Amino acid sequence: MSKRHLLALFNNFEEAAAVVKELRTTSISGFDSNKDMIMKSPIEHPEVEEVLGEKPVYVQFFTLGGALSGGLLAFSLIAGAQAVFFAQSKGGKPIVPFPPDFVLTYEMFILGGVYITILGFLICAGLPHRRSPLYSAKVSEDQIGILVKSDERAADTLKAIFTKHQALEIQEEAGK
Amino acid sequence: MKDISEDIAWAKINKDVLASLENPRKMFWAIVLVAFAMLTVGIGCEAYQYITGMGVANMDNPHVWGLYIASFIFWIGMSHSGTLLSAILHLMHADWRKPIYRFAEAMTTFSLMTAGLFVFVHLGRAWQVYYAIPYPNERGIWPNFQSPLLWDAMAIFTYLSSSILFLYVGMIPDLAICRDNMHPGWRKKLYTALSLGWEGTDRQWRNFRVTYLTIACFLIPLAVSVHSIVASDFALSQQPGWHITSFPPYFVAGALYSGCAAIITLFIILRYVFKFEEYMTMPILKKIVRLTFAIAMVWTYLNMIEMAAVWYGHDPVAKDTLLERMFGPYAPFWWSMIFCGSILPFIMAFKRFQTNIPVMFVVSLLLNLGMWLERWMIVSPTFAHGYYPWTFDHDQWPSFVQWGMVFGSFGWFTLLFMGFCKIFPSVSMYEVKEMVYHRSLATKAAAGKLATAGKGAH
Repeated sequence: MSKRHLLALFNNFEEAAAVVKELRTTSISGFDSNKDMIMKSPIEHPEVEEVLGEKPVYVQFFTLGGALSGGLLAFSLIAGAQAVFFAQSKGGKPIVPFPPDFVLTYEMFILGGVYITILGFLICAGLPHRRSPLYSAKVSEDQIGILVKSDERAADTLKAIFTKHQALEIQEEAGK
Repeated sequence: MKDISEDIAWAKINKDVLASLENPRKMFWAIVLVAFAMLTVGIGCEAYQYITGMGVANMDNPHVWGLYIASFIFWIGMSHSGTLLSAILHLMHADWRKPIYRFAEAMTTFSLMTAGLFVFVHLGRAWQVYYAIPYPNERGIWPNFQSPLLWDAMAIFTYLSSSILFLYVGMIPDLAICRDNMHPGWRKKLYTALSLGWEGTDRQWRNFRVTYLTIACFLIPLAVSVHSIVASDFALSQQPGWHITSFPPYFVAGALYSGCAAIITLFIILRYVFKFEEYMTMPILKKIVRLTFAIAMVWTYLNMIEMAAVWYGHDPVAKDTLLERMFGPYAPFWWSMIFCGSILPFIMAFKRFQTNIPVMFVVSLLLNLGMWLERWMIVSPTFAHGYYPWTFDHDQWPSFVQWGMVFGSFGWFTLLFMGFCKIFPSVSMYEVKEMVYHRSLATKAAAGKLATAGKGAH
């Protein structure tokens, strides 16, 4: 069955949250509220995002990996370079002195952490990507959008729910 | 005192900030013109030094470090408050940072770029700057990993690139607003490319929130480490007046101090030039001024600790150098530093001056003059009055080339900063919306009208 995309715009978070709650509690054939619903908003709003259901964030794992890799890479590089002098007399000084090496390891730990966090953000947030056809500039201004994907037969029910909650505008795209 | 209105329409926030990208006051162009003239002086001096040689800077033995290194430290220090305060206040949920953090972060980035220039200028042979990169030469010899100068290169690179990423990531939602509202042209293309297709979906916001918080957590220790490492350039040496344990915290406090003072200066300039009176409000200025005053007192305390450490230490040469600063040929500058850095800030303790814009503008400039003098007083007197009498050189004075380059660096910074504010939104639109939204919720909850909370914000 062909799919239909609907974008409904709302005046405030309360109305949008009410729609999300109703869609999650109502069983609509041809529409899965866990997978097929996206909220678009001009500001971050963790409380309303919670209504959408538990959705984990994995960016912190990238951070951990990046920071550890950065630190290890730095220490290996520095210790490796210092080991070039292994055969030479060091006058009793350590070949790989930890206190000064710690400084560069620390800097690279942070550098790796930051870079890979950004990479993780881009991957996890699905950026960069082309703007979807159902997009309203009003979402970046002051309105909250609910984007849903459903079978043709569920579209009318969804529109009725949007209208009931005072949707300001409903955009529609068919054929995907 | 009027703060940002909780009932301000979100569309108005967009409109006002986007207008700043197109219609600044005429003062903007006057500032740009003056900054360009200053930069031209700097470029002329650098060209002259490059063609003729380092001798024209009047740097010699023992004065091997001069205004270039003093200005390098000054600009590194200036960079601190932007990102550091933005990150700390973000973690503390201080919502008053929201209208001002964007330009403060931009200040960090451009200060670091300006500081980086002085490395090239001081080096003389600018093409050999790659010696600072951890890369072996043709004989397989690596740079000295135990040298603070190499740590400097790595720390500044890390801080600069992380600050740029922090600034950029925090700007993505606003770039999407610019993309949606700009007329077709090069700006729209630029915003479209930089906004990466941001649509404000719940998935994007969720990941954005964690990313921004994580980078903020990294940047706080990073900022502290950068200026501690710059302090190590001095403290790890054996020079009299430098070999002091309290140098790293002293440097960090000085950095925060000059950065906060610069935020006050830029706050006042941007507020007028870009007509941000409604967003950069007096209560916010008052908070920054109080913060600056507190940091000024920390700096004053650490300055006294530094002097006490020398005075009560058992190093007669270090003590002699301190006396030379206080009563020798550098005395006028040293006492000016004390006046600007420790006495003048007391004006900020008075409520009537905290929101007096002309007074705060002049005071903030003088505070930074004091901070610049502080860096100069760290560098030059030690070279003028070292360990051995036969190396004393009290008569050396930086040539016009050094002064011209310092002058030019302010033009370079101003050009970059004003250019940024003209192209990118210098007030964070989405965060100001968040601020007024949450404040309106709190007000309505307090008034027992939670049921209707949030509606008024639109």
